[in-house]
Amino acid sequence: MDFTQLLQNMTNGVAKGSCYALVAVGYTMVYGVLQLINFAHSDVYMLGAYFAYWPAKWMGYLPDEKGGRAQDVPLALVGLFVVGSMVACAAVGALIERAAYRPLRNSGRLAPLITAIGVSLLLEYGGQMVFGTEPRLFPTFVEAQSYDVGGVKFANTSIIIVVTAAVLMGALTLFVNHTRQGRALRAVSHSFNNARLMGINVNATITMTFMLGSSLAAVGGILVAMDQPTITPLMGLRMGLKAFVAAVLGGIGSIPGAALGGLLLGVSESVVAYWSTTYSEAVAFLILIGVLLVRPAGILGSAAREKV
Amino acid sequence: MARNFLVMLGLLAGCYGFNFVLAEFIEVVYVDYINLCGLAIILAVGLNVINGLAGQFSLGHAGFMSVGAFAGAYASIMLTYGVIESGPLSFASMGSFLLCLALSGLSAAAVGALVGAPTLRLKGDYLAIATLGFAEITRIVLTAQDAIGGPTGLKRIPKMPLLPGAEKWDGGTSTFWIYAFVCLVILLSLNLQRSTFGRALICVRENELAAETMGVRAARMKVMAFVYGAFFAGIAGCLYAHYQHSVRPDDFTTVRSIEVVVMLVLGGLGSLTGAVVGAVIVTLMPQFLRPLEEFLNLSGLSMVVYAALLLLMMLFRPQGIFGQRELSLKLLRRLVPGAGRESGP
Repeated sequence: MDFTQLLQNMTNGVAKGSCYALVAVGYTMVYGVLQLINFAHSDVYMLGAYFAYWPAKWMGYLPDEKGGRAQDVPLALVGLFVVGSMVACAAVGALIERAAYRPLRNSGRLAPLITAIGVSLLLEYGGQMVFGTEPRLFPTFVEAQSYDVGGVKFANTSIIIVVTAAVLMGALTLFVNHTRQGRALRAVSHSFNNARLMGINVNATITMTFMLGSSLAAVGGILVAMDQPTITPLMGLRMGLKAFVAAVLGGIGSIPGAALGGLLLGVSESVVAYWSTTYSEAVAFLILIGVLLVRPAGILGSAAREKV
Repeated sequence: MARNFLVMLGLLAGCYGFNFVLAEFIEVVYVDYINLCGLAIILAVGLNVINGLAGQFSLGHAGFMSVGAFAGAYASIMLTYGVIESGPLSFASMGSFLLCLALSGLSAAAVGALVGAPTLRLKGDYLAIATLGFAEITRIVLTAQDAIGGPTGLKRIPKMPLLPGAEKWDGGTSTFWIYAFVCLVILLSLNLQRSTFGRALICVRENELAAETMGVRAARMKVMAFVYGAFFAGIAGCLYAHYQHSVRPDDFTTVRSIEVVVMLVLGGLGSLTGAVVGAVIVTLMPQFLRPLEEFLNLSGLSMVVYAALLLLMMLFRPQGIFGQRELSLKLLRRLVPGAGRESGP
């Protein structure tokens, strides 16, 4: 067994897992508040990548048809593109919540779930219609480099992914635990009515939840696009399933759980990929079913008892 | 029992006549649409027992279908040619085809029991995600099997057997076989809804705890529902494989499972009529939108319209077209003597 290779896979897994975690946070927050699997979340992630791609293309930071070398995007502009994409995705998230989920807030669990599937299909195939079906090369946001530590290669994109994800998740945790809005979010996920009685604007809080999740998904989309480096309108499909599994694994509704679940999933997939890349795709679902059967609330989640 | 048997015989004769009319008078393209509708109906009516009657939200129907498709197709190829290689197609013999159908139904049902049993502890969204996971695992495992062609799947699956008198029909007798099972699954489900078993399933759906209190063995009922739905999904898979003559693991992705659920929800979850109508709408809509898509040169348009309609439907009529009602109940009763005897609504 080649331990260097295995170690290499594990480090890749940490980077992959960080991306899962960033998207999983959106699932877990929305589920925590609305008990809704927001299937459209993974398509917001896709939009995030496209929202950063288009301005870069318009400004000419892509290789032209003649195969000329792509220009590197200056760091300040990268920041601008990322923030722009986060804002745009936050707006999309808020819009989806307002138009598709809010009218169905009181009509059971099934209708919003199907609506979420509908929104997801709409974004995926609307994306195909607007952006085209072909994969597009993502602009070079950072010059690819890799550092060799004892035979294990660390790509600078992987490092950027892990650091960005860690910083954002940390900021989110601080926000949720130590601000008024964060407290409102926790109150709303506990009980709509009680939150309302405490003077919290429930609708605004839910919109905020969607905006937070969507902007993190946008960053996830850009990070994955940088790493890949192509994007397609259907790139959200696989990411969505995996990220949701990560959220369930860590304990749905729990933000540290999403981070833990994402990392665990990314690492275990990469470790299994050492033996078989085909079966590494199945790992997520095996873990999912295992977790659901043994501890349905997830690793860090708390189980709710059914009242009679 | 005898009466149902006679009804089924009559329906089989009807399917034969239907196939004859299609083969003689209808263009091949439209016959294809009708056959695809038939396959969708079998899937949707089967899933309606799990999702609609028993109230267990399963999102993995394509998984059961794939098991049936590969079991049936593999057996059929082996029985007809003996080896897997490409070459001209031939017809499966009647005996081997029936054997393959039985095999595919039973293998899918076995997987249904396997999936149903451990996931009993899960409810709602968790169950949906677990079944989705099972379907994905099935697909990945099938992709990894070189004996059944790996990612490229099986090709040269024999045609469905011809019936006497049908030698000269265009397109063979696929329609007969597909609609024979459409009739079977509808007749069975219609009777099932009114049987003690069906009532027990509805009881579990409405309130599991109360059902248990009334002596309904909820766990057993749920597994039975899964077995029933999976059996017909397997049959549909086998028919699909023989109809298309080739089958790949990627024919059975999550999108497919979602499609079947959408059929049910569109028609009205829990309504048999709704399942049939939903299956037809969901199957035909993309086919009829495709010319428009090609005309405007916008790929993805048909799916966008489909998604938009689904959204509008959910926002303005979340209970589906039929709700839980069977609107054509009276009509059905007139067509199917003995299908139900209690006074209708």
